[in-house]
Amino acid sequence: MSLNTLTLKEAATGLSEKEFSSVELTKDCLQRIKETESTLHALVTLTESAALEEARRADELLAAGNTQPLLGIPLVIKDNFSTKGVTTTASSNVLRDYVPPFDATVVEKLKNAGMVMLGKANMDAFAHGSSTETSDFGASKNPWNTDFLPGGSSGGTAASVASDQTIAGIGSETAGSIRQPAGWCGIVGLKPTYGRVSRFGVVAMASSTDSPGPMTKTVEDSALLLNVLAGNDPRDATSSPKPVEDYTKNLRNPIKGRKIGISAKYLEDVDPEIILSFEEAKKVFEKLGATIVDIADLGISILDPKYSISVYTILQRAEVSSNLARLDGIRYGSDRESFGEEAKRRIMLGTYTLSAGYYDAYYKKALKVRTLIVEEFHKMFAQVDCFFAPTSPSPALPIGSSKNHPMFGEMADVLVEPSSIAGLPGINIPAGFSKAGLPIGLQIMGSQFEEASVLNFAHQFETATEWHLRKPTL
Amino acid sequence: MKYTPVIGLEVHVELKTASKMFCRCSADYFGQKPNTHTCPVCLGLPGALPVPNAKAIEWCIMIALSLNCEINLLSKFDRKNYFYPDLPKGYQISQFDLPFGKNGLLTLENGKKIRIRRVHMEEDTAKLSHQTVTLEAGNHEERVSLIDFNRSGVPLVEIVTEPDFSDAAEVKEYLQKLQQIVRYLDVSNADMDRGDMRLEPNISLSDLPVTGERKESELPKYKVEVKNINSFRFVEKAITFEIARQEKILDSGKLPPQETRGWNETKNETVSQRMKEEANDYRYFPEPDIPPLHHTASQISSIRDRVPELPDAKFSRFLHEYSLSKYDTEILTREKMTADFFEEAVHAGKEHTVSPKQIANWIINKKPNLADVLPASIVKEILQSNQVEVIDEVALKEVIKDVLEKNTKAVEDYKSGKETVIMFLVGQVMRNFKTKIDVALVKTQLLELLTNN
Amino acid sequence: MKINVQHVAGLAKLKLSKAEEERFSSQLEDTLETIEQLNEVNTDTIEITSQVTGLENVVDQDAVHPSLTQKEALSNAKNTLNGFVVVKAVIEE
Repeated sequence: MSLNTLTLKEAATGLSEKEFSSVELTKDCLQRIKETESTLHALVTLTESAALEEARRADELLAAGNTQPLLGIPLVIKDNFSTKGVTTTASSNVLRDYVPPFDATVVEKLKNAGMVMLGKANMDAFAHGSSTETSDFGASKNPWNTDFLPGGSSGGTAASVASDQTIAGIGSETAGSIRQPAGWCGIVGLKPTYGRVSRFGVVAMASSTDSPGPMTKTVEDSALLLNVLAGNDPRDATSSPKPVEDYTKNLRNPIKGRKIGISAKYLEDVDPEIILSFEEAKKVFEKLGATIVDIADLGISILDPKYSISVYTILQRAEVSSNLARLDGIRYGSDRESFGEEAKRRIMLGTYTLSAGYYDAYYKKALKVRTLIVEEFHKMFAQVDCFFAPTSPSPALPIGSSKNHPMFGEMADVLVEPSSIAGLPGINIPAGFSKAGLPIGLQIMGSQFEEASVLNFAHQFETATEWHLRKPTL
Repeated sequence: MKYTPVIGLEVHVELKTASKMFCRCSADYFGQKPNTHTCPVCLGLPGALPVPNAKAIEWCIMIALSLNCEINLLSKFDRKNYFYPDLPKGYQISQFDLPFGKNGLLTLENGKKIRIRRVHMEEDTAKLSHQTVTLEAGNHEERVSLIDFNRSGVPLVEIVTEPDFSDAAEVKEYLQKLQQIVRYLDVSNADMDRGDMRLEPNISLSDLPVTGERKESELPKYKVEVKNINSFRFVEKAITFEIARQEKILDSGKLPPQETRGWNETKNETVSQRMKEEANDYRYFPEPDIPPLHHTASQISSIRDRVPELPDAKFSRFLHEYSLSKYDTEILTREKMTADFFEEAVHAGKEHTVSPKQIANWIINKKPNLADVLPASIVKEILQSNQVEVIDEVALKEVIKDVLEKNTKAVEDYKSGKETVIMFLVGQVMRNFKTKIDVALVKTQLLELLTNN
Repeated sequence: MKINVQHVAGLAKLKLSKAEEERFSSQLEDTLETIEQLNEVNTDTIEITSQVTGLENVVDQDAVHPSLTQKEALSNAKNTLNGFVVVKAVIEE
């Protein structure tokens, strides 16, 4: 068996029990990358020699009895995380040659935990999209069918994890960018609570919703990685000082008697094959002893998720227009003529909605509707333990689908936007396959900082199903 | 003149915190090697995030309190978006609708109250300088701007008045008072030469003869801003120039255009700085990277407790408590350090019955370097100076003889009955001694020698 | 409503081709039409939420930490001279 197919848990156990070395593990990953990369284009930078060097050092430390949680574990990192001395492009021409003089806090934490970085993963340029098709370096492909998109913006990481190029990966989500590609590629993707994982050093998209998170082969791996990533960062004023729990602790708790909320509003305009998987999944949860309740029956009415598209579009475009203003080609990068079409379009809309006379009509209005959405979830989680819904309205779409759709991403992410706007945790879990053989993902959302609970539900579902064990043939 | 000048003022004061406003790079940039006090935050590298400096916020509130402002207990930072090479993020973190301080007052000598509209916190830009360089690529020369990001992110407090000034003299007095206050607070060096204070007057002329507070409807239909002046004298000159310039335009029946102008030092005139119209649309929105700031009333009152006695209060207290002249009091309270030194010396002088007036005179006339002497040692010096030195009478006689020989004309005058000349001769004798000697003794000896001769 | 695309591009410091101007103009108007759905939601008595963390008063003490070296600070700049970053003259004289 090739070591690259291992889960993080398995790899860590194997390393600590000296069944194999980090160099062997890393070499198998690099081998897999060589075999598949020309087809998938999951990565934008491969750091092969540095990876082997880190693996050798990890092996020495392992031999010396060191026990950092990720010691010797190969990972890929989305290319919007600043990596000291390694090009960080956010898949954009503007930052094609940019080499940060510092590490993002997430990267620093992963390094301290002992990771071996294989390379930087492709993404939609500046994370603007849900397909990787806006990448200035070309789209990534879905490992299950390379005529299809992997989703985005963390599509490179998703494709890399799904195809066993790596043991696990790091993505970031502003609204859907972890969950949606995880769903389309058939892996586990966790968007933590906004503020749970530091944003310092992550090329900013929408500052008020950006959330870095793990993309893994199993729910337990997700918990293991979150243990490393989570925590207060004095360099990110929006990161929470709330103490970090051991997220693996509750995974095995039975969910018998716990309440799972669902809503018909999250099933409108959803592909029938996904509805089918959703119904099957409900049965799995019921078998595990959980109660499924329609929140409408609890007297909770929620806004149609379509309004979240508008709220999210306004907030995100406005923040994008400001966050990308630093790209002037003076201190780093190329000038503003190098922006791709999608970045320009977003900057234009955001600039317009913030400009004199329009702030109240758009930005302020969106912030008010956001309050309503936050309150709805608050009411909901007073009565249910988690909220369950499809991740996307459809399985992966064919290459080219995003072209000439200025709001492609927002439409594809309609079901993850409300929870993103409210800053809540959510996880995508593999829950079936379409007749065409494409993965189907469902999501579990929870209350603020209830990652442990969300992971508990997800792990129980995973234990009762085998969807996560299927592998694409490449 | 048939118009009344309507003048408002924006002043930027750079704080002297150890670190910058939103990162912990050293804020002590003056005279340092370029681009050695920077980090991902103040260089605006992708992904870098701001964390506000607690001391800067406290100092900004202190300034606001000293200007009699109300404090917004709930406050926040906002992004002010515009492009310029000295602004690395493409936006300046500032405050829009919830500044730390609002509705303040500063009273001028003549009793006129200048209303302070707002006192808010923001960050400085990088420093630009302009040069002609020969580019490596070819032989041709090119005009370039050089950027030093050491100043980028240094804390700035902006103080904005209502348009309550009527002439340049009032503006100058306000500026001197403001400078004195921030120095008393010890929150800024307020050194004009180093650019610690930057001044932006806005000037227009009104045909309504209102003095002081104006209603919105009583304001002229245009406003001319003069940007970034770095001396009180230039502000005065710029205002005087603008008043004359605008008067001429109004007299010709036209309305001066609303615009931003700059002060040209060499030409001694303001010049239009043509800016793109869109440059003024700052697209403010709440800074998503910094949580809001919420002060309690008791936190504000504890900041208030740390505000020292301010110049005006100190001035009137000195006048009454020490019975000094206005002139002396003004000199003694000009700087807090002098005032503190004076009071310590007064305290030390009490047991030696050295009076405040004597100490004031000593400080004002002898101008001792206050940083190098102790207040108690000043008292000692005053005591010593009061003691008359006992001098050798033989030596005194020698000096007198010498003076009489050199001033034969005065001696003759005296002998011919012009007795007032005696004090001139006493003075001549005294000049030969470094220390204070008994005048009466000198006079007696002089008279004796004159009559004996 | 017609968006003044040139004005917005000026604010955003973007140079758009004629084709882009036309394309963006219609796309932006379509997007605005979509997001104006929000007007269906009554928010008359609703406060804004610009941040969801509920955090307040996150500040740092005034202590100096090490900066980047000049070399690091300038490492990504295209044009430098004697430790400065160089741009085309910004003031016309």
